[in-house]
Amino acid sequence: MSANSNIEELANREYKYGFVTDIETDTIPRGLNEEIIRLISAKKNEPEFMLDWRLKAYRHWQTMKDPTWANVHFEPINYQDICYYAAPKMKSKPKSLDEVDPELLATYEKLGIPLRERDLLAGVAVDAVFDSISVATTFKEKLAELGIIFCSFSEAVQNHPELVRRYLGDVVPFTDNLFAALNSAVFSDGSFCYIPKGVRCPMELSTYFRINAASTGQFERTLIIADEGSYVSYLEGCTAPMRDENQLHAAVVELIAHDNAQIKYSTVQNWYPGDKNGKGGIFNFVTKRGKCKGVNSKISWTQVETGSAITWKYPSCILMGDNSIGEFYSVALTNNYQQADTGTKMIHMGKNTRSTIVSKGISAGHGQNTYRGMVKILKNADNARNYSRCDSLLLSDKCGAHTFPYIEVKNSTALMEHEASTSKIGEDQLFYCQQRGISSEAAVSMIVNGFCKEVFKELPMEFAVEAQKLLGVSLEGCVG
Amino acid sequence: MLEIKGLRAQVEGKEILHGIDLCVYPGEVHAIMGPNGSGKSTLAKVLAGREGYGIVNGEVRFNGKNLLVMQPEDRARAGIFLGFQYPVEIPGISNMYFLKTALNSIRKNRGLEELDAMDFLALAKEKMKLVDMDESLMRRAVNEGFSGGEKKRNEIFQMAVLEPQLAILDETDSGLDIDALKTIASGINALRRQDRAMILVTHYQRLLNYIVPNKVHVLLDGRIVRSGGKELALELEEKGYGWLEEETIREQAVNS
Ligand SMILES: Nc1ncnc2c1ncn2[C@@H]1O[C@H](COP(=O)(O)OP(=O)(O)OP(=O)(O)O)[C@@H](O)[C@H]1O
Ligand SMILES: [Mg+2]
Repeated sequence: MSANSNIEELANREYKYGFVTDIETDTIPRGLNEEIIRLISAKKNEPEFMLDWRLKAYRHWQTMKDPTWANVHFEPINYQDICYYAAPKMKSKPKSLDEVDPELLATYEKLGIPLRERDLLAGVAVDAVFDSISVATTFKEKLAELGIIFCSFSEAVQNHPELVRRYLGDVVPFTDNLFAALNSAVFSDGSFCYIPKGVRCPMELSTYFRINAASTGQFERTLIIADEGSYVSYLEGCTAPMRDENQLHAAVVELIAHDNAQIKYSTVQNWYPGDKNGKGGIFNFVTKRGKCKGVNSKISWTQVETGSAITWKYPSCILMGDNSIGEFYSVALTNNYQQADTGTKMIHMGKNTRSTIVSKGISAGHGQNTYRGMVKILKNADNARNYSRCDSLLLSDKCGAHTFPYIEVKNSTALMEHEASTSKIGEDQLFYCQQRGISSEAAVSMIVNGFCKEVFKELPMEFAVEAQKLLGVSLEGCVG
Repeated sequence: MLEIKGLRAQVEGKEILHGIDLCVYPGEVHAIMGPNGSGKSTLAKVLAGREGYGIVNGEVRFNGKNLLVMQPEDRARAGIFLGFQYPVEIPGISNMYFLKTALNSIRKNRGLEELDAMDFLALAKEKMKLVDMDESLMRRAVNEGFSGGEKKRNEIFQMAVLEPQLAILDETDSGLDIDALKTIASGINALRRQDRAMILVTHYQRLLNYIVPNKVHVLLDGRIVRSGGKELALELEEKGYGWLEEETIREQAVNS
């Protein structure tokens, strides 16, 4: 059998996280209007300013159209056919894990995310979001001792309204794009994190997103604020059941780094990608942006994107503070009929700002993989530096890789470096591995992992292992 | 051990091997010589199972098994090792990890216990001495940025670790300086065993001074036109391939 036809057989494998949890849910009627938004806000018992903000976002959203510039293709989304709120029924908000529905705990267990602290990876605190709400946050008290706030967004609205009010929409205003506006209008939960001055967060903070209910969209919002001189590393993971219809996930993530603060944000995205014929799967339309507000601040995005039917996502950095640093490390894999249009924006405003972009796109089957990056050096950004490198690896003859780097330089002291490459997985490489006794499947996985090395080394240890396994799984069946 | 009968093979629709017959017994070392483009590497790749090389006719048996139906990895696990004329680079994968994965998949296939990192390291260190290989090469990505000589050294080092039954070494001596040639040749000699056979593809008689072969074959335009003892190599060194070509044409004329 030829390696080529081997590779074409890629991924006829089952999505491991495709099960549905049978749990009673509190859902609201499908559709979107001001009433629905008032209902969501009321369910969450929100203060006036939140409702006002949501309504403003909604009214703005009504004036907007689906973005068409991305290199992805799908039927227009019927926003009236989506349910905007679904939550597992709970008598009252559980005070401790003992009060959480065992069915839910079992779900997370099955996903490999045990929520009981004694079972947890010692260095990771988890906020578990199930459909529209956060069901549990671990290690909360321990973190509180250091003044770190790590809780669900809803709790933050209740307990820290002044912080929410000050920062919400600061980095991603609801006018930014259609999905951000939609999210601002209907978002139901997410994670909130505040690291006080001078504190180095002693453990990885993480959110695990799970879509369970059918016909439901997930619209969560994450807000991370690192105050002066603080440091935090944050991880995000996600899965969803296998369903024949497409489900919408439109999240917003905002990061703010003050003077000398650092935020490291890592994502391993494994939403249901659809079946091998391209039916079903999650539409992952996400706006992620960080603001390096203070001097010497640093924001680093690392993402491994293997799931979703369509990924539309550009984690970006606004480098305002002098000497601030933005980084973007990305692995995006598309298989079967998956489409990904992903990349980053680095906006250099401050002096001596530096950015690094490393993007690795892997396409297999009929997958389409687009890198779209923008580097903008504004007038006052003296001595700005950017290094970009985009590599694409093709595993079949039917897949595609596309690269769209945009550069806008308004300051002549800027130094830009851009490298790009596209290669087909080498038959020579495959043969070399096989000749040493390594199966073709393990060889593909090994070569792909080698290709992604520069990105994986940016991930926290356990996550890197997870990401490698995930790539292996996503490529299984790729070779017969 | 290896029995090739009437092997004809093509690549890209062009027949390269026009009927090869060759028998190799355990413990033997065969040298294959021949001008550029005569099909030496093609033969080596066909034996190792490289995709894209079509078998037109003929048969190859390895320890009695039909080799031609086996996947390349199964041939490797069965004990066939190909030292590449042009070793391949695999960025991002350390030489150490690569070889450990290879060894363990072979061991696993043979029902042996897999080696853990410590045991493997000990084994690797011991084998490195054989070809005087620098330890720093183990931590670098497979063949990436290796010099020509380092790549060849690495091939023999891999062979030493994987302990094949049949090693086909395609121009392992090309691109080596004189000292390196001696080191590698003595490494290969040290790996000669009663139950192991080797096929050395080479252009230079010099290698055969160090590794004395049982047989020397001349491959010309996809055919073995002459076989002999090691004195054949000396004759070739002196006279080149021209006389053999003429002779072959004459023979063909007589036969037809
Ligand atoms: N993929 C290919 N496509 C077309 N022709 C090929 C291919 N591979 C090999 N050939 C041809 O087959 C012939 C034999 O090549 P081969 O590499 O076996 O020669 P060789 O004897 O090893 O030569 P050298 O001594 O230069 O290494 C050459 O004419 C070569 O051009
Ligand atoms: Mg050759």
